[in-house]
Amino acid sequence: MSIFVDKNTRVLVQGITGKEGQFHTRQCIAYGTKLVAGVTPGKGGQKMDDVPVFNSVKEAVNKAGANCSLIFVPPPFAADAIMEATDAGVDLIVTITEGIPVLDMMKVKNYMEGKPSRLIGPNCPGIITPGECKVGIMPGPTHKPGGPIGVVSRSGTLTYEVVHQLTMQGIGQTTCIGIGGDPVNGTNFIDCLDAFEKDPDTKGIVMVGEIGGIAEEEASEFIKQNLTKPVVGFIAGMTAPPGRRMGHAGAIISGSSGTAQGKVAAMKEGGIHVCEDLGSLGELCAEVFA
Amino acid sequence: MKIHEYQSKELFKKYNVPIPEGGIAFTADEATAVAEKLGSFPVVVKAQIHAGGRGKGGGVKLANSAEEAKRLADEIIGMNLVTHQTGPEGRLVKKVLVEQGLNIEKELYLSIIPDRATAKVVIMASEAGGMDIEEVAAKTPEKIIRIHINPLLGIQGYHCREAGFGLNLSPPAMKLFQPMLRNLYNLFMNCDCSLLEINPLVITKEETVIALDAKINFDDNAMFRHKDILEYRDLDEEDPLEIEASKYNLNYINLDGNVGNMVNGAGLAMATMDIIKRSGAEPANFLDVGGGASAEMVENGFKIILSDENVKGILINIFGGILRCDVLAQGVVEAAKKTGINVPVVVRMEGTNVDEGQKILSESGLKLISAVDLKDAAQKVAEIVN
Repeated sequence: MSIFVDKNTRVLVQGITGKEGQFHTRQCIAYGTKLVAGVTPGKGGQKMDDVPVFNSVKEAVNKAGANCSLIFVPPPFAADAIMEATDAGVDLIVTITEGIPVLDMMKVKNYMEGKPSRLIGPNCPGIITPGECKVGIMPGPTHKPGGPIGVVSRSGTLTYEVVHQLTMQGIGQTTCIGIGGDPVNGTNFIDCLDAFEKDPDTKGIVMVGEIGGIAEEEASEFIKQNLTKPVVGFIAGMTAPPGRRMGHAGAIISGSSGTAQGKVAAMKEGGIHVCEDLGSLGELCAEVFA
Repeated sequence: MKIHEYQSKELFKKYNVPIPEGGIAFTADEATAVAEKLGSFPVVVKAQIHAGGRGKGGGVKLANSAEEAKRLADEIIGMNLVTHQTGPEGRLVKKVLVEQGLNIEKELYLSIIPDRATAKVVIMASEAGGMDIEEVAAKTPEKIIRIHINPLLGIQGYHCREAGFGLNLSPPAMKLFQPMLRNLYNLFMNCDCSLLEINPLVITKEETVIALDAKINFDDNAMFRHKDILEYRDLDEEDPLEIEASKYNLNYINLDGNVGNMVNGAGLAMATMDIIKRSGAEPANFLDVGGGASAEMVENGFKIILSDENVKGILINIFGGILRCDVLAQGVVEAAKKTGINVPVVVRMEGTNVDEGQKILSESGLKLISAVDLKDAAQKVAEIVN
């Protein structure tokens, strides 16, 4: 078992003919993902390798039976692409694009409210159920199929580091999700924690947060109230100066809010096993999940 | 992106938000000319830097004559203004805003921000104007009104009334306040602001409403559609190394320590800084070369780190995903050949094409110290600088 994606997920790629879109489409197919369609407006009828390209998401859904979209559309057009996928009734929308204006994402988020589609990202590495389905840009071989650990993170390469350490310890993963480094995103920590709690194959969870916002604090409270499975947590940005945007648009300490110290305290309060030294995260997981 | 108060007020003027009469001056003589043109005294001379707390730092003064305005402008222009936001090194003042003094009856607080948790635009207003709003929020949260606006719906009449009644405005002030708030909201949305703050917003004895101060920050991600606002960027207010890095699309922040570091991905870069600190050293910078960095970007990043004189050792931490380890290695070798490395470099690589990357580095003839994992890397670099 897994959450959100598995071997039956039928993926379409929005922005499939762009440089990044092409590269990662091939990588996903090589990993074994059922990649059934691409969308590039104006290039309908063409093919990217063996993948049929359509002019609209609606067409790709109707003709190729796609139920998940992977978005590589550049920032100025990304909000439009997400809303198009929502409007076409796609179940899961994974947005890799980095640099979407905050006000665009706020409009998207309000637009999606009450609609059945789930958004992951933007500004994220995507989601992978190792051995079954990769919808994103993460390096496949770093992951170990078969579970029993779920991973949820706001970061990209930091998630790869965490997964790498799990794999080195011989600990496999059920599903790994990057929820993205932007201030306004779709699926949040709580959505993933809740899904992992309900997934019988997931026995424990690693949660990777960073400075900025209050998502980790809210998640810690949720864990305290609702989770029975053990959680290992890590927060990046203990040394980040206040008021500076640390690469991710959402990674900024505003005044006294959003500090790593505050988040670590909240996680401990929520009963999370907090890892304070990234170098030994794998070892801590081996202990906690033994 | 941040802009100056006088630039924010230019935007206010464009959107029909009332501001005091005034003008910008780069010299004491220009300040005198503005003061004379205003015609009546007192006037206010305000230092223009990208930091708050200017008044307490001595950067805002009242002048009762044109001569006094000249003397104060002369003092303030060229001064090193230290406030709680500039850090102890302060900021060199290069210009002042000279404005008409007002008959202040009451000082209010007003701001508009995006709320990341609810994805709504939030108007914050308070009768406790002129004070540090974080302090007000901490001590007397009941004094702050928060109004959430769905950006798909936009600002409505009732939002404006809620703010105005909440601020206990008199009927004449209320009449001026409502269209003003609407205009501010439109400015916020049209220009992709990330913060719009007026502290204080002044009710005058004549019952008019005027923005005495103005602060606007913009969403960097939206600047592609605001070429006009980019004109407001003031490079004097930015760190020279950070300006250089931004030319190459590198996320670089200059810090106080002596361990330079280059990492791909923002989260991993922060975590690398943290582990440097845990190992007993201090990071000299944050540098995220990004997921899809080219050999050229890596080379430029390396050059920027090397040009920071405080750097005594460098840690490169790359988890190859999109950025393959061989590309990274190539960039490091190129940079080393062109600039020459004068400090020890510890390299830790993992992920895509790691073996090819190691090979390029070991065959380069460069004296690089390789690390087996992150912990090892941080310890090695900490030993070097200590």
